[in-house]
Formats: sequence, structure tokens, C-alpha cells
Amino acid sequence: MIKIVSTVLYLVFAPVFGGLLAGVDRKITARMQGRKGPPILQPFYDIFKLFSKEAIVVDHLQNLFVIGYLVFIIFTGCLFFYGGDLLLAFFAITLAEIFLIMCASSANSAYSSMGSQRELLQMMAYEPMILIVAIGFYIATGSFSVGEIITSQTSAIATTPGIFLGYLYILTIKFRKSPFDLSTSHHAHQEMVKGLTVELSGRTLGITELAHWYENTFLIGIIAIFIINATWWSWIVALAVCALAYFMEILIDNTYARVKWKVLLNSSWIVAFGLGILNLLALYYIK
Amino acid sequence: MSFASKSPWLIHYDGSSCNGCDIEVLACLTPVYDVERFGVINTGNPKHADIFLITGGINKQNEEVVKQIYDQMPSPKVVVAVGACACNGGIFKECYNIMGGVDKVLPVDIYVSGCAARPEAIIDGVVKAVALLDEKSKSISQGR
Amino acid sequence: MYFVSFLLLFPVLTAVLLFFAKGYLAKKIIVITSSVVISGMALIFATMNFFTLSNRFYIKDAEFVNILFLIIEFVIMCYLIYLGIRFKKYYVSLLSLVQSGILFWLELSGQAKTEHSFNIYIDKFAIIMCSIIAVIGCLICVYAVGYMKSYHQHHKEYKDRTTLFFPLLFLFISAMFGIVFSDNLIWLFFFWEITTFCSFLLIGYTKTKEAVTNSFRALWMNLIGGLCFAVAIAYCALKLHTLSLHTIVHMGAGAQAVTIPVFLLCIACLTKSAQLPFSKWLLGAMVAPTPTSALLHSATMVKAGAYLLIRLSPLLAHTVAGALVTTIGGFTFLATSLLAISQSDGKKVLAYSTIANLGLIIACAGIGMYEAVWAAMLLILFHAVSKSLMFLSVGAVENSIGSRNIEDMHGLIVKVPALAFVMLIGIAGMFLAPFGMLISKWAALKAFIDSNSILLIIFLVYGSAATLFYWTKWLSKLVAGVHHSERKDNQAKGCEWFSLLAHSGIMIFLCLSFPTISRHLIEPFLSEIFGYKISSIIGDGNIQIMTFMLCMIFILPFGIRVLTLDKTSKQKSSYMCGINTGDDRKFVDSLGEKKKMYLSNWYMEDLFGEKKILLPSIIIATVIIVVLLVIGIGGAL
Repeated sequence: MIKIVSTVLYLVFAPVFGGLLAGVDRKITARMQGRKGPPILQPFYDIFKLFSKEAIVVDHLQNLFVIGYLVFIIFTGCLFFYGGDLLLAFFAITLAEIFLIMCASSANSAYSSMGSQRELLQMMAYEPMILIVAIGFYIATGSFSVGEIITSQTSAIATTPGIFLGYLYILTIKFRKSPFDLSTSHHAHQEMVKGLTVELSGRTLGITELAHWYENTFLIGIIAIFIINATWWSWIVALAVCALAYFMEILIDNTYARVKWKVLLNSSWIVAFGLGILNLLALYYIK
Repeated sequence: MSFASKSPWLIHYDGSSCNGCDIEVLACLTPVYDVERFGVINTGNPKHADIFLITGGINKQNEEVVKQIYDQMPSPKVVVAVGACACNGGIFKECYNIMGGVDKVLPVDIYVSGCAARPEAIIDGVVKAVALLDEKSKSISQGR
Repeated sequence: MYFVSFLLLFPVLTAVLLFFAKGYLAKKIIVITSSVVISGMALIFATMNFFTLSNRFYIKDAEFVNILFLIIEFVIMCYLIYLGIRFKKYYVSLLSLVQSGILFWLELSGQAKTEHSFNIYIDKFAIIMCSIIAVIGCLICVYAVGYMKSYHQHHKEYKDRTTLFFPLLFLFISAMFGIVFSDNLIWLFFFWEITTFCSFLLIGYTKTKEAVTNSFRALWMNLIGGLCFAVAIAYCALKLHTLSLHTIVHMGAGAQAVTIPVFLLCIACLTKSAQLPFSKWLLGAMVAPTPTSALLHSATMVKAGAYLLIRLSPLLAHTVAGALVTTIGGFTFLATSLLAISQSDGKKVLAYSTIANLGLIIACAGIGMYEAVWAAMLLILFHAVSKSLMFLSVGAVENSIGSRNIEDMHGLIVKVPALAFVMLIGIAGMFLAPFGMLISKWAALKAFIDSNSILLIIFLVYGSAATLFYWTKWLSKLVAGVHHSERKDNQAKGCEWFSLLAHSGIMIFLCLSFPTISRHLIEPFLSEIFGYKISSIIGDGNIQIMTFMLCMIFILPFGIRVLTLDKTSKQKSSYMCGINTGDDRKFVDSLGEKKKMYLSNWYMEDLFGEKKILLPSIIIATVIIVVLLVIGIGGAL
């Protein structure tokens, strides 16, 4: 029962949460830059406007792929908040990302194709770490199931601090934050026009934005399950850690310049090895 | 209720300007003026934009470019001509290659005067454009 | 019994008929009829044994067959020695002479007469393999009928040698049946050598200089494996006094006596499955016409090595030989997946991906845990179908657009939509979430974690990332909507098109039905070889979710129709800074000229190029093999 409730809550409130998060993000970013910044509800104004605008596509296939992207992102999140299999959730989100990449390439446009290749590179960069996260949870708590992970006696982070840090590292890529916003970026950044999303406009852009909010909620949920255990107060700690982690992402976004793709790939793989694999080794050693 | 006015995204195109107006446009984004307060984002991509902000006059070479960018913007859309040159050709009006202001090729909605246009004037222009955007999107939704 | 003999002999009969058949139509009729018969018989055989578990031994003391095999072996040896001398590849002659010599000595001196009595052994695994070989192998033959005709129309420079080509395909299928049915190692070895020999002839089909070099490379690498195999047989006959694979496997893991033969058989399997450092022969094999590559890469040849390793897997758990196999397999998976990134030739990407997947299968077999073997068997199943589909569709694309380079497949969905869709299914089957291969990879990952092998986890996580990259970039090439492209004619007609559709159908069918296959065929087999009842590997709930995902993907296109998103969205040209000339493919350059835009995929030659990675990987793999061999055999002696 609780599982179904949390799934429905996710379905309904993830966009609200994701939108507010984006709003807060823009506000904090503005304050860090000494600006006043847009209102907190700005992302909602944006998305409502996008849906009210004329829909333009370069190729009709884009509609198919962009809907596929949204559907599978939502599916991933539902699986996660239902307490399902973490590994399966990661596979589903990979599928969703591939839909987005196909959407960008189906436009056959210079900028969006370049964006899709870079996005692909980013996927290759973070994929090892994502798998290591799932493996780490499995070894630490004995299950891939989110439902069992959050009811284990000790928090996963107690034995997987390295994996946690590694996850935060690739989260910068997932959130499309500088220095790793190669394929497309947020707010006023204009790397490669808008990379991946150049050829999306109006409704289709709105759908990608919505999917991104769903995705962010899911990604933050993963930070939370590192902390949450059977006790009630762990939920509060988890909330604080999520907030802190997101704040750190914003801080990094505003303090680092965009890197070249080789730096992205090398550093992510090295981090996955140095933090992820070594942590796994240590885990095997303790067990 | 229309949200177009709450989230005006613009694309800034530099015609044959002397770059004076462009610097002022960029100044609008700086902390001093911070147009993002009004939800304005400089997108650099016609497909995301609602407001087409042009500085400088139109010459023979960029005529097609401006037309194409305008065409690629999803409606409702508003064109803002910033600075004397964009309004009527300005100091370059008599040049062999200049066709005149933006209104020679596009239906300009808002004219922002000045050489160069002051940031306050530009912001004022954008706010006027926003009001117009609202009107346009209303008429579109009624037309449906 | 009748089924087994039929499946072994009928393809040979077909081969003989085809050899003497005159005219293309006659060949076509023979190929199609016997393909239908063979796959039909194999499927009937499989359904009969689907629910009931009945392992059977057949053919006791067949002296006559042994002599026949000996004669054929002798003829092949003489032919190979002759070729080796003629093409000045003396090492080939030597290898062939030594390995066949060992066998002759064993047989003629009577040493091979051991306790064993049965030559054929049928169990559920043999049935799975037999169905794969029959169905996929025959579909490839059917495809070949259409393909070879257009192949020779496109390539006038090669002599039409289809008189030899078609019989070889069927001989190959027969030999593969032999491998999966045989229990007697000498029989197994005989069929093993036949596949080596057939592949050698098939690779050299075009007789160009490159083809000859590559075919000899395939030959000598496989002969090394054959040599190891022969020595293993001799060891078994002399020391263990048995030649029954079944008996040897039941001696149990860690039995000191089997260490050396298992090591040697593992090396033989590694060569057959084209693992590093022996991968080059399979890469070279793509000079041959597409059906050959499809046959070698999917259902047959490379799967023979994987098959034998899975048979041996109970002996490999926690042994040095097991470590050798898993390390080489895992390492190959990683290295070849990275290498595939830098390739733009469709067939070459497929070749690397075959080697990588084989590496994964072999790594799973080497772990020797039931989850891992389960994963390996499903990988064999799904890989056979999707890889065959991919090869055949690349062949069809090559005939249609005149190139098999992935860069030239840009916008295939507009140019040849039918082929693009088939290819999309094939690629999705190779790595995407609700489709087959991923289920097996998932199980493999679980097995790797449970076996506490951090090295394999490293290989798998990085290898998967690379896999993701090279498949998705291929996908994104296919779906690029290049407007107003000239529609190319789909050259895959009749036989070829039927074969492609059948493959796609089987692919989707397998995705939906694999739980049943697992429950009735794979799990009983695993329970039997591991000696205890095993539970299902992936929970029912997760399988339902996967099926749900699969359904969603198929509903999606119709959903778009219902939402009328296409009707309400307006089509505009793509953004090129306002200088799009209007057709989305040219732009106006600074001189006012129209310039063509070219969108390329990323290949990252400087990071993942063959020059950079291939040689070091071969060296590393060789070092791994040598070191572990020394440790293992040194420990056994």
C-alpha cells in the first residue's frame, strides 16, 4: 500500500518538486552572482509558456522520441519510488536517455547532432559509476531492491562513502551543471547554442524540461537512500544531506568553467575507479 | 491566463551594428540591471525564443539570415529593434550595402531608440514587448 | 536417435546434392527445402523434449564410423599439408600434421579404446544449441540464396564459386550438430576440425590476396586450438582412461587428474571463440561474403568454444583454469568493446561486438556458478539471434546503398525505412533494457558480484559503458531524418527479406518467452550439472516489469498517433545560424557559396584506435595466458 502511495506521490509531486528545485537553483545561482534573480516559480512560468506555444519540429520522429524519453524517465522514477530494483531503474533510465539522444539526432541538425554525440560521451563517462552505485548497494545491504535498502539496519553510506562521493561527482554530469554541461546546459548558458535541445521548441522542449524534473527527483532520491535506514531520524538526515549535496552542485556550477570532453571522460572514469572500485574492494574485504 | 509575459526568452541578433548597442544589451544581463528578474533568458536559439532583439541595420548579406531566424521562431513572437540603426538605418543609412532599418524586412513591433540605446531603454522595450506577447498569445488562443 | 542421425546426416546429404546441382534455381529449391526440413526437425525434436527431462546416450562402439572419421581426417590433413606447402605457410602443414598424427597414433595403437561406450549424448543444453544452430543456421542459408546472387552482380571481379559455397554452409551446420551431440571427445574433435576446415574455405571464398591471408590466419589459430585439443584427448585416453566428456565433467571440480586436459581444452575454446590474443582471425573473417560472417559470428563456430566451456564449467569453479578463462573473457570484453568505438565499418563493429560478447559468455562459464552459467546460456541464445540479424541487415544495406560504413547509413530511416527498422530491432536486441541481451548481462553482473570477483566487475562496468557508446551512436545515425532524401530500393527481396523478418520475429518472441525457455530448458540442465535444485535468477516481478517496458515501446508509436502530436506540430528547417539554404543539408559559407554539411559520429581514434589498443591487449592477454598456464599446470604436475 505504502509503495503505491509513494509511487502516486512521485507521479504527482515530482514535477512540483523538480520545478521548485530548479527555481531555487536559479535564485541561489543569481545570488551567488550578485543578482536578484527570477522568482522561485519562474520554471513553472517557463514550462506553461512552452506548452502554450506553437509546436515546431524539424522531423516528426522527434515527437515519438521525446515522448519516449518522458515516459521512460517517469517509469524509472515510479520503479524507484515503488521500491523496485535499483539496477532495473538504471537500465530504464539509460533507455530513456537513448530516446533523448535519438530525438536530437533525428533532427539531423548540426548543433543537435553535436549535442547528441557529447551526451553519448557523457553517458559513457558516468555509466561505470552508475553501475558501481548499484553494485555497492547490493554488497552493502544485500539487495538491489530499494524497499529493502531503506529498511536495512545501517545506512549504506557507512560502508560506501567512496561510492557516495563518486555518485556526487557524476551527478554534476546528470544535472547538466558546469563544468560538465557539454551536451546542453541550463539557464543562460549557450554552449553550442543549446546542444541537445536546439531543435526542440515549444511543447517538445516543455516535455524535455518536465522529464528533467522527474529525473532530478529520482537522482536526488538516490542520494537519500544512501542515508536512509530503518530509523525514523535517518529520513531527516537524508533530507539535510540531499539539500547540502544540491547546494554543493550549485556552488560547483558557479565556480568552475566548462571542461573539455577528454577531461570529462578521463576524470569520470578515474573517479569511478579510485572511489568506486576501491570502495567495492574494501567492501569485499570487510564482508 | 497567459504565461508568455512571465517568461520572455529572447534571441539577440547583431545586424550591421557598431557593437555599441550589443554591449548595452549584454549590460542588461549583468548584476546591475539583471533582466533575469523578469524571467528573461538570452537563449541564442530562435526555436526557444519569444522575442527577437535586433541591433544594427539590415544589409544585403544578413537579410536572409534575419528572415530565416524570424521564420524559425515559434509564434507568438515579437520583434524588437534596438538602437537608431535598427530603427531606420541610423548613421549607416546611406551606405551602399545597407537596406535600412529592421522594418524593411521584418514586421517590427517595438522600436527602442538611442545611439547606443541605454539599458533602461532596452529593458523598457522588452517590457513593452512582453505586454504585446501577452496580447498576441491571447489572440492566438481565441483564434483556436 | 532417428532425429540425431537425421540432423547429422541430412545436411551432409543436402551438401552433396547442392554440389551436383546445376543452375541457380535448383540450388535455391534445394536450400530452401532442406532448410525448412532441418529447422522443422530440430524444432520438433526440441518440443518433444521441452517439458520432459530425458538425457540419453546413443551409438555404442561404432567402429565403422570411427574408421570413416579417420579416413576423412586423413584426407583433410593431406589437403591442408598440400595447401600449406603451396602457399608457403609451412607452419600450417606442421600444425595439421602434428595434431592429426596424435589422433592417428591414438586410434591405430588402440589407445583410444577406453571404457567409454557411447558416442552421442543428448540433454537439454544440446537441445537448446541444436535449435539455435538449426533455426539461425538455416535462416542464414535461406538468406544466402538471395544474397549471393546480388553479391555476384555487384562484385563481378570475383568468380562465382557458389557450387562450393552452399555445400560448405550445410556441412558446417552438420558439423555443429556433431559438436553439440557428441560425447566422445574424438568425435567432438572430428567435428571441431570440420568446422575449422569449413571456416577456412569459407573465409577464403573470394580468393583475393587479403582473403587468402585471413583464411590462413583463421586456420593456424584454430589449428593451435586443435593441437591443444588433440593433446588433451591423448592425455585423457592415456591417464584417465576415458574419452567421455560426460564422465570427465562428473569427475568434479578440483580433481587433480583433470587439471591438465581442462586447461588444454580451455585454450582450444579460447581460440575457437576468438578471444584475445586469438581474436584477429575473426576480424579477418569479414572479408568473406556476409552469410559467412553471419554464420561464423552468430550460431556456429565461435559458439562451439562457448558451448564446450559451458559443458566444462562445473570443472572450472575456483580453479586456475577457471581464473584463466574468466580473466581472458572479461579482459576481451573490455578491450574489444573499447576497440569497437573507433570503428566505422559496420561489419567490423559487429565483429568486435561478437568477440566482446563471447568474452562475456566465456567469463560467465569460467566462474562456474549456476547464475553465471544461466547468464551465459541466455547470452548464447540472444546473441545468436540478434547478431545474425545485424549481420544480415548490414549485408542487405550494403546491397541497397552500396556501402556498409556506418557513416553512410546516415538517415537510413528515410532512405530504406524497412531495413532501418529491422536494424533498429537488431541493435535494440544487442544492448537495450527490455530486450534480451541486457537480461543476460544483468544476470552476469549479479553472478560476478556474488562470486566476489572485483576484476570482472571492473571489466563489466567499463565494457558496458563502451558498449552503450558504440551501439547508440549507430542508432543515432540510423534515425537521422534527412528530408527529401532519395528513396533507395530495398534490395533485400524474397529469401533475404523473409530471413530478416523471421529473425526480427524470433527476437521479439524470445524476449517475451525467455522465462518459459529458462524454466523448462535451462534450469533443469543447470540443476542437473550442479547437482541441486536452483531457483530462478531474475524475480518474476522484474520479468513482468521488463515485459511491460517492451509493450510500452511498441505502444509508443501508436500513442503518438492518438495524441495527434504529428498533426499539431509544424515542420521547419533546422537551425544553422540563419544560413540554412532551406534543405537542411547545405549552408551559405562566407563567400556566399553553398556548402554541404557533414555530420559525423565520434570515433576517438586517438583514445580507442586499433593502433593504440589492439597490440597492447594482445600482449596483455598472452601474458595472462602464459602466467596462468604456468601456475596451473605447474601446480598439477
